[in-house]
Amino acid sequence: MNTRFLNTRFLQDPLQLVGRSALDTTAQIGRWGGLITATLKALPKVDIWGRLLVGQLARIGVDSIPIALFIATFTGVVMALQASYTFTGAVPLYFVGALVGKTMILELGPVLTGLALAGRVGANIAAELGTMRVTEQIDALETLAYDPVAYLVVPRILAGLVMFPVVVVLATTTGIAAGWLTSLQLLDLSTPAFMKGLRLFFQPWDVQFALIKSVSFGLTVTSVGCFFGFTTQGGAEGVGLSATRAVVVSSMVILALDAFWAATLL
Amino acid sequence: MSIVLKDVYKSFGPNPVLRGLSLEVRDGETLAVVGQSGSGKSVALKHMVGLLKPDRGEVWVDGVNLAHLDQEGLYEVRRKVGYVFQFAALFDSLTVEENVGLGLRRLRGMTEEAIRKRVAECLRLVDLDGYQDRLPSQLSGGQRKRAGLARAIATNPRYLLYDEPTTGLDPVTTTVIDRLIVRMREELGVTSVLITHDMGSAYRVADRIGMLFEGSLRFIGTPEEIRACPDPVVRGFIEGKPELLEGAG
Ligand SMILES: Nc1ncnc2c1ncn2[C@@H]1O[C@H](COP(=O)(O)OP(=O)(O)OP(=O)(O)O)[C@@H](O)[C@H]1O
Ligand SMILES: [Mg+2]
Repeated sequence: MNTRFLNTRFLQDPLQLVGRSALDTTAQIGRWGGLITATLKALPKVDIWGRLLVGQLARIGVDSIPIALFIATFTGVVMALQASYTFTGAVPLYFVGALVGKTMILELGPVLTGLALAGRVGANIAAELGTMRVTEQIDALETLAYDPVAYLVVPRILAGLVMFPVVVVLATTTGIAAGWLTSLQLLDLSTPAFMKGLRLFFQPWDVQFALIKSVSFGLTVTSVGCFFGFTTQGGAEGVGLSATRAVVVSSMVILALDAFWAATLL
Repeated sequence: MSIVLKDVYKSFGPNPVLRGLSLEVRDGETLAVVGQSGSGKSVALKHMVGLLKPDRGEVWVDGVNLAHLDQEGLYEVRRKVGYVFQFAALFDSLTVEENVGLGLRRLRGMTEEAIRKRVAECLRLVDLDGYQDRLPSQLSGGQRKRAGLARAIATNPRYLLYDEPTTGLDPVTTTVIDRLIVRMREELGVTSVLITHDMGSAYRVADRIGMLFEGSLRFIGTPEEIRACPDPVVRGFIEGKPELLEGAG
């Protein structure tokens, strides 16, 4: 640990420090935008990324289903139990169905899945591409006349855009099902009563809203992962740093986007 | 129509690496580039395929200035160049066969069968036939290096850039690779740049030898000329006497 560096940081003008990190962040966002532009430009190169898409759909989507369903199941159970605890006496019990359904679809399904995949998929992409960067595999692609953006970034981002909504739909459904089973088993609630609650405030728009969110989270996690992977410097330490940054930054962006969509679309 | 560097400068942050490097690789020759570790040999080689861009100066490959090319133009030039990375840079999620075949897939009109045959042929040239299904992690360092070499020659490029292809190989394998480099020139007329630490290799395979020192070319000439060169920096390097390099500059 370089203690000299740590010490001088405290002595620096805090405003200057804030200013510098704001500038750094702006520069990073600019470079991320550059990657997105390059991705759009590389889209027509189907001959390069076409063969790789299926593999990424499996890795980013299918392999993420277990963790997403695991989280959704427990969330559904806890929501049903807490709703019934909260409603005791004051509100009819079938409102449990309304609460579980509405919050799973609008918020917890997309956001918890998004955060879980930020950890699983984002870190994975950043570490893999970061390793390829520091071992010159990305340079090797260049010398073989493969556009690395077309070869590595396009299939991952496309897979994220396609598979995040799929995983979110599965997770949300599982969460609601878990809430329903909990209501049947542990609460004094019948299936028709749960369904009545579920339908009470439901609007088809809710589903579209959740899908829009999921697509934006898919873009965030995969593009941020690719960005930190591509810009990795140094050896193993640099790769670790990129993976951490990918998770932290994409989680923060997911939460900010979540608020943004709620403010603009609801 | 060859590879020319004109007065190239390149720094990484405050650290200048190339300081006015000018170099012409003649058509059909094998030019060996020697120089101390960290003198910028790999950096110079990366400029020749546009992996690094000069801060100042020009890089010409096959008659075109790389700075004037768009991305597609650059890929067009790169198709004519094979690059052997110092640390192999094999794709570690692909098998040896897929690694070597990747460049071939970029050439339109090759059947799977033709690709497989060409890959086997290249692997035989580097003495790795039968390793098609291995992953890079299942190869030794020297085997990886040779697989990287096979990948670079697979598309029959007109130019070959070798970054220390024999460093770390045993004497027998080194001779096999040296002969391969000579064969590429004699049979296919390939123009090559060969970075090496091994003066023996350089004498055996190179038409000319250039020495990098402090960011530019200190000497360039035939093996006979470099042997007879009185410059203490050159003498110090080829005889392995750091004390001769010290006060010089
Ligand atoms: N991407 C990079 N970022 C920062 N510095 C770099 C980078 N690449 C090379 N350098 C620096 O440039 C200098 C020359 O590096 P280079 O790899 O060209 O050396 P070399 O002559 O190939 O040495 P060796 O014989 O050990 O391979 C070194 O000081 C190195 O630290
Ligand atoms: Mg080197």
